[in-house]
Amino acid sequence: MAMSDQEIQTGLAEIIDEVAGVPADQVTPDKTFVDDLDIDSLSMVEIAVAAQDKFGVEIPDDQLKDLKTVQDVIDYVKRSSASA
Amino acid sequence: MRQTEGTAGARILAFGGYQPARVVTNDEIATMVDTNDEWIRSRVGIASRRIAGPDETVADMAVNAGGKALAASGLSSEDIDLVIVATCTPEAQIPNTAATVGRRLGINAPGAYDMNAACAGFCYALANASDAVRTGTARNVLVIGAEKLSQWIDWTDRSTCIIFADGAGAVVVSPVTDPDDVGIGPVVWGSAGDMADKIYIPDRNGFIIQEGQAVFRWATTALHPVAKKACERAGVDPTELAAFVPHQANLRIVEAIARKLGAPQALVADDIVTAGNTSSASIPLALARMLERGEIPSGAPVLVLGFGAGICYAGQVIKVP
Repeated sequence: MAMSDQEIQTGLAEIIDEVAGVPADQVTPDKTFVDDLDIDSLSMVEIAVAAQDKFGVEIPDDQLKDLKTVQDVIDYVKRSSASA
Repeated sequence: MRQTEGTAGARILAFGGYQPARVVTNDEIATMVDTNDEWIRSRVGIASRRIAGPDETVADMAVNAGGKALAASGLSSEDIDLVIVATCTPEAQIPNTAATVGRRLGINAPGAYDMNAACAGFCYALANASDAVRTGTARNVLVIGAEKLSQWIDWTDRSTCIIFADGAGAVVVSPVTDPDDVGIGPVVWGSAGDMADKIYIPDRNGFIIQEGQAVFRWATTALHPVAKKACERAGVDPTELAAFVPHQANLRIVEAIARKLGAPQALVADDIVTAGNTSSASIPLALARMLERGEIPSGAPVLVLGFGAGICYAGQVIKVP
């Protein structure tokens, strides 16, 4: 079943709160992980792993480096779950 | 054919740790490569590490830690009949480290071998020692993890020179007759040879190369099931653990595995903060220091978990002396 942007954003916000302690209300589509949310590359790996459990979408390291904003992840999850 | 007579099992009589004298702070490393204290602390959790002197060898450090464990065990050197040195940084291919260490500690003609399972080496060696004692192949075993990683580091590579360090840790493993006294649980071990290229030294004169992100992903996803299985095989629930002492690879890996293990009562080792990543030495060194500070009650169950290059991993529940 396809997830909406809002559903993915909410799920992602929960993950980011757990991994990096960033409050959910700060996780909005235009935010960048590194500059706005202060999330480093290792936390990104943890987020990718948790996202795989939550959304059933694998995000390999070589794809991960291109995901700069919250919207990038939302788009990636939507694209990958649609093609799965 | 006749076989050896076995025992009920094995336990650890004593720990011993050794760190070289020289403290290298993050600020000192920042004078060599483009990094800073805050970055190192937040990425790997290290504040300072110890680096061996130019003439200080892996065997020197092993003798120091092994001698302390032996003294604390109450046994004498004549009681030891097997010496295992877990190391991935021996001085030479031959002779091995263990025979030299045995001789320097006054142990008479012990069985002696080096064990290379990199950062998992101590847990592999401990499993071998436990089995040797249980089956009667050996009576008392000196198990040492010792590393001089500093001589295999490219001090211009900021992805590795901030992490690795030198040191040694040791235990004395002895038989028990009462099954209730058994203090070393069944090992859960394995490897992932398909990831051999994630941590390696390319040639004889090369340096450690690590693909940090891939190793981090593997360590934070593949290891908590191993940790849980080691508890299950020992018949100890994670909630009963007094401490969790994984290889001190990176504080964030340590914390991630601990979180997923679900051992709320367990003190989680953070020895890496002042010891750095000392590969096969990190677990016995951390435990020696935790016991010295009186942080774990005698007889309490502790989960140890080694993992690293190979990729190799191993874990077991032990009872601390």
